[in-house]
Amino acid sequence: MTFLRALAALVLISLLLTLPAHAEDLIVSAAASLTNAFKEIGAEFEKAQPGSKVVFNFAASGPLLQQIENGAPADVFASADQETLDKAAGKKLVDSATRRNFASNRLVLVQPKSGTPVRGIADLKGDTVKRIGIGNPASVPVGRYTRDVLQAENLWGTLEPKFINADSVRQVLDYVSRGEVDAGFVYSTDAAIARDKVNVVTTVATQRPVLYPIAVVTGSKQAGLADAFVGFVAGTTGQAILEKYGFGKP
Amino acid sequence: MPAVAWTPLLLTLKVASLATLAAFVTGVAAAFFVARRPIWGKEWIDAILTLPMVLPPTVLGYYLILLIGRNGAIGKWLDAHFDFSLMFTWQGAVIAAAVVSFPLIFKSARAAYEGVDTNLEDAARTLGLTELAIFFRITFPLAWRGILAGTLLGFARAMGEFGATLMVAGNLPGKTQTLALAIYDAVQAGEDDLANALVVITSAACIVILVVSSRMLRVRHA
Repeated sequence: MTFLRALAALVLISLLLTLPAHAEDLIVSAAASLTNAFKEIGAEFEKAQPGSKVVFNFAASGPLLQQIENGAPADVFASADQETLDKAAGKKLVDSATRRNFASNRLVLVQPKSGTPVRGIADLKGDTVKRIGIGNPASVPVGRYTRDVLQAENLWGTLEPKFINADSVRQVLDYVSRGEVDAGFVYSTDAAIARDKVNVVTTVATQRPVLYPIAVVTGSKQAGLADAFVGFVAGTTGQAILEKYGFGKP
Repeated sequence: MPAVAWTPLLLTLKVASLATLAAFVTGVAAAFFVARRPIWGKEWIDAILTLPMVLPPTVLGYYLILLIGRNGAIGKWLDAHFDFSLMFTWQGAVIAAAVVSFPLIFKSARAAYEGVDTNLEDAARTLGLTELAIFFRITFPLAWRGILAGTLLGFARAMGEFGATLMVAGNLPGKTQTLALAIYDAVQAGEDDLANALVVITSAACIVILVVSSRMLRVRHA
């Protein structure tokens, strides 16, 4: 009988834990680099729209696109590059009429504070740099910006054996912060968050500007609220918060 | 089928085999001490050694980073003396896989030893066999079937290891990208053809291993 009682308790607990999510949840899938700024924007948005609740899903833009394509319940999609949102628009996954650019960023080369000083991109060829953290170019926008820069400098092939692919820009930042890699390419806003652990070696000019687009996801059950969130990000409060975290104007 | 699909398979087999070997040697020895030696706090030792089976792989990954990361306890020493780091290497993947498969072998081995009649060991003792000889000629052969079953479970677990491996060894194609990681990577990037090829290979490899291993178990005790 003890077994049956334990089983009954287990079933009851499971049922309690699976209560449906709040109906008013607005799910925002956003690029990992937006994590800190968007959390603050979300809190302000909830104040401005009483009763609303913003739930964030932060990851690299590529995986977020895959999730939405496979039916993840997202209402807003903010990507770190145009390419990913272009793909989403091409597959009619986002409402192109709601799309707008809301922020810009810069690519920087960073290194751990404790490491042997690196002076610039050319130094990456040297023996003191054994591992370089980059976003995985197949799915992470910061990795594609990095690849384009290094290819233009004719360094991609030379440096390739040193690359440590990461799943998002924040993972690159974590690798550099822990000193597991000798250098890495992240956005200037990420470097600013880990100021106490990483040094910015140099800002790197990218082939295409790092421009963040946002749009409402097609078929969102909260299209009105999603539209309001997009407007809020592009509005005065949203822009002020983004600027505070180091993002540039679009 | 894309040629790139075979590299992860070979790497997976290499990593899983070496990890299972390491977990086998340590697991079989540790289980013997816990099962047969009069040591204090047996159940506590058992709990700690079983922990990798219960803890989320991310927790293990984090512990391993604290241990073998460049600023970790062992990692710092390796870096200073050999200019070598286990992070982002296939050796690191072996360590991660060995840690997760260890409890499966340890637990099965302990249960198998405890199922061996101690009278047989005592009889051997009266006949003058040394403790080492008793282990290799009495205890281990009688416990073999249970240990082998645990080892197969350990190998399967090592083959499918994902979380701790990703954190410790990263996801480097051709270097540390095992099947589980390659599938994750292909799906993340939306490369469905590659993902399809990889899951077919993985499923086929697992079926072959299961069939071969069940035959081995039968032949041993025919």
